[in-house]
Amino acid sequence: MSLTSYFMEATYLVASILFILSLKMMSHPDTARRGMFLAEGGMFAAIVGTLIGAHIVTWTWIIAGLAVGSIIGAWMAVTVPMTAMPQRTALSHAFGALAAALVGVGEFLVNIAELGPVKRGALGFEIMLGALTTTGSLIAAAKLQGIIQGKPIQFRGQNLLNLSIAVVMAGCFFYFWFDPSATFVFYTMLGVAFVFGVLLVIPIGSADMPVVMSLLNSYAGLAAAATGFVLGNNVLIIAGTLDGFSGFILSVLMCKAMNRSITNVLFGGFGSAVGEATSNAGGIMREISLDDAAMQLAFANRVIFVPGYGLATAQAQHAVRELAELLEERGVGVKYAIHPVAGRMPGHMNVLLAEANVPYSALYEMEQINPEFSSTDVAVVIGANDVVNPDARDNPKSLIAGMPILEVDRAKSVIVLKRGQGRGFSGLENPLFFKSCTAMLYGDAKSSLSHLAQAVQHV
Amino acid sequence: MNPAVLIASVYVFALAAFLGYQVISRVPPLLHTPLMSATNAISGISLIGSLVLAGAKGYPLPAHILGFVAVTTATVNVVGGFGITDRMLKMFRKKTDQKAAATKAVPQ
Repeated sequence: MSLTSYFMEATYLVASILFILSLKMMSHPDTARRGMFLAEGGMFAAIVGTLIGAHIVTWTWIIAGLAVGSIIGAWMAVTVPMTAMPQRTALSHAFGALAAALVGVGEFLVNIAELGPVKRGALGFEIMLGALTTTGSLIAAAKLQGIIQGKPIQFRGQNLLNLSIAVVMAGCFFYFWFDPSATFVFYTMLGVAFVFGVLLVIPIGSADMPVVMSLLNSYAGLAAAATGFVLGNNVLIIAGTLDGFSGFILSVLMCKAMNRSITNVLFGGFGSAVGEATSNAGGIMREISLDDAAMQLAFANRVIFVPGYGLATAQAQHAVRELAELLEERGVGVKYAIHPVAGRMPGHMNVLLAEANVPYSALYEMEQINPEFSSTDVAVVIGANDVVNPDARDNPKSLIAGMPILEVDRAKSVIVLKRGQGRGFSGLENPLFFKSCTAMLYGDAKSSLSHLAQAVQHV
Repeated sequence: MNPAVLIASVYVFALAAFLGYQVISRVPPLLHTPLMSATNAISGISLIGSLVLAGAKGYPLPAHILGFVAVTTATVNVVGGFGITDRMLKMFRKKTDQKAAATKAVPQ
């Protein structure tokens, strides 16, 4: 090994250590940002190490790629609004997975004769995971952006079709594994994996996106780890595995927060069951005027805001913070209750509220805040539905039975900000809306909140 | 693959998985979005594989072109991912005087 190769390996070791440290520092908001600087340093070291130690002879493509990528990346980093964070993250899963798949194809073009059975196996996984994550993430991003409909797209024999495609893909994998000279089989595997990614994500509804995002996160990481096996590169294995496991842990947490299995999320087509009113909810929804709602809030002792995806679509995060500050000036205690699957990706609501300058000490997780609802005067539900549906707790026949909820119905009174009388994404009736302590305030969440703020000032 | 190298790789994988589980289960839900964005940026380390493909000795032109695309997408993830993660983490703050400054502007 030459001196430059040793240098390169040293930078990889440093990068691995810095990546692990940075994730450790992610355990607290005070240290998280410094941790990321360490990870950036590690990444920079590894890149410089590679450029010096990897016998680079052709610089044109490298410089062009780094330049184009940096420009697009920097442009995204500066311009993407916080409300579009789920789409942006889905796109980045696609980019990461595509890079892994392409490196795999390159390795096939150049080195296939030298790859032993283990590396061939890893290469197969890299290609399959990389390709299906690329198209799957693109579909997820398109759904989140509203380019294709958020409702599950289902048809007869869908699961059978998916199964057959999975079988074809696995068949290609084994054929290639035994006969690495089978170029056609290799590219068929790549193509089938691209198609499979599309088919896997189209039947999944938008409300299940937190799980899908986490899974795609996991696949993208594992594709990078497989690349590490193929190239015999430890820093790739480490970084890819960290990413893969992070995604896996998040998917498990998200599934728990919905009381559903991963299989059910992936193949259940949840959200298509329209009109299946197993709920015994009924009666009249009581509407409340802005002035009355403002009065209730202004004279309350404790108020809890419960944001959902509606807060993001209405971009109402600043409006809710302004209202909360006015209430706090009057001596009202204000907290925010965050359900783990509120929004479209893990932690979505926290980021939006942080953007609006809400201190994180005011954001409470479900387990912390649930005991406090009974001593709360007003719970304000902003564009959330299923995560506050008491049927999940009380009605064992409900489609979402057993899903842990924010128990807003225990509050003395509830104000629900909602666009209209329609049902939530899952198509379920929400008995909360019919309770006598609940009042509905219809309209766009952002304008309702800012009107409430004005009204509170005049109380 | 040389069996010793393979075994070493499996060790690295298993230890990284174990460590990843330990470290990441300590990240609070508050930071789950930045976490996802950060791990994404970190797995952009596949950039180093792409760099080799795009420019190393003895690779044919098609490999260089694939490498170029891979370098581009991986760089987007690294630059964009770290940039956005930092932008998000900057916003997370405890009760600060900035809040007081913001409320002062509200007329009584």
